[in-house]
Amino acid sequence: MSSTASDVHRPRPSAGTTTKAPTPRPRWRLRLGGHQPIGMLFVSPYLVYLAAIFVYPLGFAVWMSFHDYFFTAPGVQVDRPFVGLDNYTTVLTDPEVWRSFLNIAVFLVINVPLTTVGSLVLANALNKKLPFRSFFRTAYYIPYITASVAVVGVWLFLFNSDGLVNQALGPLAPDPSWLVNSHLAMPVVAVFVAWKQLGFFVVLYLSALQNVPQELYESAAIDGAGRMRIFRSITVPAVRPATLLVLILATITGANLFTEPYLLTSGGGPDGATTSPVLLMYQRGLQQGHPDEAAAIGVILVVLISAVSLGYRRLVERD
Amino acid sequence: MKKALFALLPVAALTLSACGSSGSDSSASNSSHGPITIWYSNNAQEVAWGKKMVAQWNAGHPKEKITAQEIPAGKSSEEVIGAAITAGNAPCLILNTAPAAVPGFQKQGGLVALDDFPDGRRYLQERVGGRLSQYASPDGKYYQMPWKSNPVMIFYNKELFKKAGLNPENPKLASYQDFLDTSRKLVAAKAAKAAIWPAPSSEFYQSWFDYYPMFAAQTGKQLVEDGKAQFASADGLKAAQLWKTMYAEHLAPNEKYNGDAFADGKAAMATVGPWAISVYGDKVKWGAVPVPTSDGAAGKGTFSDEKSIGMYTSCKNRGTAWDVMKFATSKDQDGKLLEATGQMPMRSDLTSAYPSYFASHKDYEVFARQAEHTIEAPNVPNSVEIWQTFRDAYTKAVIFGKGDLATALKDAAAKVNELAQGQ
Repeated sequence: MSSTASDVHRPRPSAGTTTKAPTPRPRWRLRLGGHQPIGMLFVSPYLVYLAAIFVYPLGFAVWMSFHDYFFTAPGVQVDRPFVGLDNYTTVLTDPEVWRSFLNIAVFLVINVPLTTVGSLVLANALNKKLPFRSFFRTAYYIPYITASVAVVGVWLFLFNSDGLVNQALGPLAPDPSWLVNSHLAMPVVAVFVAWKQLGFFVVLYLSALQNVPQELYESAAIDGAGRMRIFRSITVPAVRPATLLVLILATITGANLFTEPYLLTSGGGPDGATTSPVLLMYQRGLQQGHPDEAAAIGVILVVLISAVSLGYRRLVERD
Repeated sequence: MKKALFALLPVAALTLSACGSSGSDSSASNSSHGPITIWYSNNAQEVAWGKKMVAQWNAGHPKEKITAQEIPAGKSSEEVIGAAITAGNAPCLILNTAPAAVPGFQKQGGLVALDDFPDGRRYLQERVGGRLSQYASPDGKYYQMPWKSNPVMIFYNKELFKKAGLNPENPKLASYQDFLDTSRKLVAAKAAKAAIWPAPSSEFYQSWFDYYPMFAAQTGKQLVEDGKAQFASADGLKAAQLWKTMYAEHLAPNEKYNGDAFADGKAAMATVGPWAISVYGDKVKWGAVPVPTSDGAAGKGTFSDEKSIGMYTSCKNRGTAWDVMKFATSKDQDGKLLEATGQMPMRSDLTSAYPSYFASHKDYEVFARQAEHTIEAPNVPNSVEIWQTFRDAYTKAVIFGKGDLATALKDAAAKVNELAQGQ
């Protein structure tokens, strides 16, 4: 039997010792690449799930983006020729696609810092002994679990031209109003999404904060550190892994923006100011019958978001 | 781990492929008979009619029973149908097929050509008459049975007109100038917040309820004819300019109303079809006039807001499906549909076909006359993309008043011309 790499590097017993000779590895272990077959059996349902729900659709989307593809009835024979980068050329020369990516960049620049800072500050506050702490924790979480359609209705009530916000602002109300103002519509959407999802990220930070050793806070307090100094020097570094998670999740969910521009700003208005790449994918792929172009937009989005996430990781995890 | 993952991929691929490969039989014979399934619209009046029609058919055809249901809920029926075609589980007939979606469904291989049936073309011609040609596909075949229309007119609220000092029985709404003047008076008198409040949103179909009826009345043309966009013409520009003025002067708001602005008294007018008679009947004291033209001359047509019946290729018993389609569009059933819904069956000389109904429903007679002159969404490749292209340009140049209107329409027309060629 030929030796494996692990056999070669295994320390040999020194001369004169009576160490028991190593038991040869069973062949079935080698066949499974060193993994326990029982373990593999247990994880296989998840692997099937992962392959069916994530790997296959992603691979299929990439394949679609390089072919002339449209949905057909089963059994209908059509040519789906390889078209190289044609779909990418089509979408990258389309001003609407560029605008949608620009729109989502504006969204992320507002939404992600707001979500991250807001949820950390709130979690920090909710981690302390406050009156009605459970009530506040629940209150911040409720928008997250409420159907988007319902909360969109509330925001329309607040931000339409006759809404409560404009009534409160009086002559200071913007004209055109919030959701039909091409400069203000996307910021309103970004704030709305930050508000809606804050509860989820507060929970993430709360769990991270509860793992920070209490002794650190006590020592800092004894040394005379103020609240801001403690927050900056202990809390923020201690929750850095959670911050990375929040940044990545907020970016990914933000990049998938669809419901809010569709409902809050009537299909990506005003004048396309809130059209997101995913909204365009929906229009191109499902409404207009060009899933190949929609797939190309999706692949570009995945690549960009992966790059941004990698950037976060380098930024947050650097020493 | 990676090896195991990749080993599972073909299994997953096969599993998923299998999910989408059932339910179709492209070799199904047009003469095959047996049970079928149908979907109909989900508004209460059509459901009531549909149930009765199905019961009547089933009573006489025990071996060819219909199983019927409302079209499944979704963002729009077009997307639901498109998904069902792809999955191979579309029913035999859908009594809610939008003409604008037909080119897409046809491209998917989801629709059966009705003139492949021996009496198909003759039946369509006899029932629909001169308007039939609007429903032909680019290959010259008919993949839809034009079924019922809702020729749109201008509804107006008589009480709000009276409040603004306007004549509620004979309002001045014939020409664009009349329409503007009346709108200005309505808003200036604060009779309503808006003179008219069509949805200013970006969905591709919204133009059917603001610009397209005016364009059809002015030109008598479809948005695209002979592969060329028609809206950048002088007449198309006039209709767009009217709406641009309406938005610029805040006579029509550029913010969407969440609800029915006309029913709520927030708008004094609305562009709607006869379905609205039963809806607004008790809530609003309304009148209806034809869609205006630039000089006040009689309009050359109006948007039909039509729905067709499509037969889908997943159907195995197409012989029965064709018989049911003819049964559901027979003179008797059309009369019952008219009675139940107020929507106009796509029949030649409708008022003569149902004289007693129109004698007792005078409100509907004016719509029946309009129904003879309906203009349909063009049956061209990339139909939905064409409407979206137009809507995007319209939203920017008309609703939000950005840039030069003529240039915007001209640019959109150039793109539409390419799309109409199937590019």
